[in-house]
Amino acid sequence: MAAAARPGTGAEELALLEKLLGLPKGNKYGVQGERKVPVLQTNNGPGLTGLMTIAAHLVKQAKKDQLLGSTAEEKAVVQQWLEYRVTRVDGGSSKEDVRIILKDLNIHLEDKVYLAGNIFTLADILMYYGLHHVMVDLTVQEKEKYLNVSRWFNHIQHYPGVRQHLSNVIFIKNRLYTNGH
Amino acid sequence: MRLRVAAGGPAALKVLAAAGAAAAPVRLVWGGPLGETAAAVAAPLPGREPVAPTPVIPAPQQGPPGLLPPAERPLAQLSPTWVPALELDSGTVLFSPNAICQFFFLARGEEPTDLTNQWLEWEATELQPAASAALYAQLVHGKKGLEAVEALGKLLAHIEQNLSRRGTAYLAGDAKSVADVVVWGTLFPVLQDETSLPSEMQALRTWFQSMTLSEACRKAADSVLMPKALLEFKSYLQKQPPPCLAMERATSNEPEPWPGMGPRGAGGDRHTDPHWDPPSPQEEEGSERALTEEEITAAADAWARGAAALPKPWQPQKPVLPVEGMRNVLITSALPYVNNVPHLGNIIGCVLSADTFARYCRLRNWNTLYVCGTDEYGTATETKAVEEGLTPQEICNKYNAIHADIYRWFDISFDYFGRTTTPYQTMIAQDIFQRLLDRGFLLQDTVEQLRCEDCQRFLADRFVEGTCPFCSYEEARGDQCDKCGKLINAVELKNPQCKLCRGVPVVKPTQHLFLDLPKLEERLEPWLEQSWGTGDWTANARYITRSWIRDGLKPRCITRDLKWGTPVPLDGFRDKVFYVWFDAPIGYLSITANYTDQWERWWKNPQQVELYNFMAKDNVPFHSVIFPCSLLGADDNYTLVNHLIATEYLNYEDGKFSKSRGVGVFGDMAKDTGIPADIWRFYLLYLRPEGQDSAFSWSDLMLKNNSELLNNLGNFINRAGMFVCKFFGGTVPNMVLTPDDKRLLARVTLELRQYHQLLEKVRIRDALRCILSISRHGNQYIQVNEPWKRIKGNEKDRQHAGTVTGVAVNMASMLAVLLQPYMPSVSSAIQGQLCIPPHCFVLSHDFTCTLPPGHRVGTVSPLFQKLENDQVEALRKQFRGGQAKQTPPASEPTPAPVTLTAPGDPQLIHELTEEVAKQGNHVRQLKANKAEKAQVDTEVAKLLELKKQLALAEGKSPEVPVPKGKRKK
Repeated sequence: MAAAARPGTGAEELALLEKLLGLPKGNKYGVQGERKVPVLQTNNGPGLTGLMTIAAHLVKQAKKDQLLGSTAEEKAVVQQWLEYRVTRVDGGSSKEDVRIILKDLNIHLEDKVYLAGNIFTLADILMYYGLHHVMVDLTVQEKEKYLNVSRWFNHIQHYPGVRQHLSNVIFIKNRLYTNGH
Repeated sequence: MRLRVAAGGPAALKVLAAAGAAAAPVRLVWGGPLGETAAAVAAPLPGREPVAPTPVIPAPQQGPPGLLPPAERPLAQLSPTWVPALELDSGTVLFSPNAICQFFFLARGEEPTDLTNQWLEWEATELQPAASAALYAQLVHGKKGLEAVEALGKLLAHIEQNLSRRGTAYLAGDAKSVADVVVWGTLFPVLQDETSLPSEMQALRTWFQSMTLSEACRKAADSVLMPKALLEFKSYLQKQPPPCLAMERATSNEPEPWPGMGPRGAGGDRHTDPHWDPPSPQEEEGSERALTEEEITAAADAWARGAAALPKPWQPQKPVLPVEGMRNVLITSALPYVNNVPHLGNIIGCVLSADTFARYCRLRNWNTLYVCGTDEYGTATETKAVEEGLTPQEICNKYNAIHADIYRWFDISFDYFGRTTTPYQTMIAQDIFQRLLDRGFLLQDTVEQLRCEDCQRFLADRFVEGTCPFCSYEEARGDQCDKCGKLINAVELKNPQCKLCRGVPVVKPTQHLFLDLPKLEERLEPWLEQSWGTGDWTANARYITRSWIRDGLKPRCITRDLKWGTPVPLDGFRDKVFYVWFDAPIGYLSITANYTDQWERWWKNPQQVELYNFMAKDNVPFHSVIFPCSLLGADDNYTLVNHLIATEYLNYEDGKFSKSRGVGVFGDMAKDTGIPADIWRFYLLYLRPEGQDSAFSWSDLMLKNNSELLNNLGNFINRAGMFVCKFFGGTVPNMVLTPDDKRLLARVTLELRQYHQLLEKVRIRDALRCILSISRHGNQYIQVNEPWKRIKGNEKDRQHAGTVTGVAVNMASMLAVLLQPYMPSVSSAIQGQLCIPPHCFVLSHDFTCTLPPGHRVGTVSPLFQKLENDQVEALRKQFRGGQAKQTPPASEPTPAPVTLTAPGDPQLIHELTEEVAKQGNHVRQLKANKAEKAQVDTEVAKLLELKKQLALAEGKSPEVPVPKGKRKK
């Protein structure tokens, strides 16, 4: 996979988010530590650290709070999947990790349109960015195996403003492997 | 909302503290849903950290009987679930501890800020992995506290820096927030108290101390850790894989495979994926191995030898006794506890699995005895007897009949289905006890226990009620408080009351006997080594046994202060009985003794007899450690288990079977669905939780019935028979085999051999796939050769149509035999339709021509019926719960009298309606006469109780509030 097509963790991804949220450019990002955790530089104080934290901050700055969920329950669910993104998706590297993540998500998305149910949230956006490089590499058969993830991913990449310059991942509408029970 | 936590799960700490700090109205459930039937596992939720899943293995029980855990019978304790997990009223489940904490604070209006978010993210990505590793090093590797703390140095410094620089009392400001709770909850198990912190970290020390002293945190720590300090954590962590510092790994319920394990396929993928299904034959086609010429020739030769090549079917004498020179197979399935109606999970876990194997053994001409029966002694029976106003024996008679009916309907081929309440049980149990006593394998110890002087008996935990020492709930049970969920030592109850006479019991020392497992260990180890070396133990059985021994064997109490049991034949103990777990496995012997007086030829004959024990995994320790120790200690040449076959759990749809919530299909209801027993058998065996948990699903049942049975198996057998009838007047035609036909014979032979290999290793579910593969090959064979066209062609075509039809009908004949262990009625229907001679009804390793040219078949008709969507949807709704039917959950404050009558029993409804009316009048009269309030309250409580029972009997959910009257004054 060409490096340019993959949102680099942290700063690049946050720049995509800024654009999606319609925020003016101008935020400066640094990175911290081995894991290259993004840091948002601010004029006063030490700044904000961490992808989830900064992303939530940007959403509020853009006054699109609905992306963080409206009820207590939605907010907690969004928080849960953001955490999943930064711990499991960013932390997992082996094929086995990826498989477990796709399996988890596939089960979770079985009866949901978005990660938090029926509303599109920041969790969908960051999970999409986080999984883009994984989905690009899946075979047609794997895409069918994780059918719910594929459906969700395809939906999100067509959500206005989300995909931007990232490559469009192709999903075939008709199932090829019909004998999966 | 319900919060599930496990004692010993470190993440429990923060969620409990957060619930306390945010005063969230949660219902706590410890260690997985209590009071549920222990057959299932929670829905597969994504895991977060290595400590998330509860261990599959129970901590070995020890200590005096007064400390027994709530489930009373240990088998109900194991239900691996993701914990902690918060189930919201909407049905949403939160599995991330931090999100749970966040939710509690959100619910009372505390919104997250940039700062709290930052702390939570930092905790999840940085602190949590390091703290897990430090805790692991400290507890499991025995690293000193300070060393472990040093590993956290940088992270602690980060907190210290933030606190001191901001100069605030708490992490995100001057008020306590979710951030404080989450960070504290992760640090506390490692640090314990602020003195282990470097003195220069003054701000951190102050913060940590004030957190630890806050009420919510203190309470959480008390309930999770304090009783046995960190031992809880240790036993927990030992069973987890060591945390890899980089990132936590997901843990499946699947035990780590042991090197050299037998019944376990290769390949990693299938074992961790709960939705794994074996590749269907079409997929396998590509990988199908090529046949060699020798195999093809051998298959053709075997075919040509015909029925003469088959072994002669052999019928054992009745009663079945071991025969010199034969393979003598003794099969048991775990004895179901008498007062539970078994659900599908129980049925597949033991009796149905054992039955399928026993049928296979008989078809192999192995001399086979299959025994089972109900386990009838113990507190649960005694309690239920008190509730139903019957004697324990009457309860046993009633439920034994229910069990026997269910198993008869499922066509379980016991040679004998007995029970444990027989004179033989007393005789054999007392003999084993006496021998253990004589050989010095029993210990005596004093235990403090409550005694009711009025009833003249020591009270089992379930016979005591009182005020909870923790939360002051006034109707706490002797083993557990239903309000706060804590385990209680009965002697600690305040104001204890005898449940039978309402008298006040007193604490008295009582003597109990213990089986000296540490002393027996030296006999156990070499035996296990030998049994594992020569027998087929499932991987989970080995794993569970190994961890039991690794955790150290402790003396185990084998006596109880009860009346309903086998009496202890020793002075000073004559008013006591044996504990069910000493007693119950002896049931296998006594049940056999009730079948034949020559039972010792089976049970004291390890030279000639091979013993298979079937059970669900929760029963493993009793069959692999405790019972063998009893028998080894008794030293009387007992037959010990050679093959221990344990299944995992069967879930129901997305959850568990639950009697209390009416979720799932129970044995007595299966027949009311209109689905034949053989379809049930097929689907349960197809799903058999072999090596991993599986889930029953209605839509899948429909799919498998319509695709595998109707379209594949049934279609093939029916077509083969129909061709004989339609094209050849019901007589099997002449066959002239072409090379292609011979290849098919070889292909079928391979599947047949595979079937045998798998069943010999008791991989019942996998062997069923071989049957379906054979019929799939058959369908293809017919499809490619099109006998219905060739029959109209020239002579060569007609001859080939005859060959294809003849081969196909012979495959159908063999399938009838292979199916017999799985679907006995379908098998005999095929036998009838094709007129298969009885001497061909035996299993061999070769596919031979058993229906030769000239054989007449009978009337051929369809074997299976299509299941329709509407029908299955209706059943799914019917069994999805919400219509409480039977036992209320054990955790409900007032245990209602249990009526096991199916809802809608008009007799019962009528009786109850009358009683309600009567009691209603009585209450009105009392009120009119201005009777004392206490008396009125008691009668009102009775009335409510009756109404509840009526609602249950009518199949409605009882909305009647729990009577509160008694508590008011």
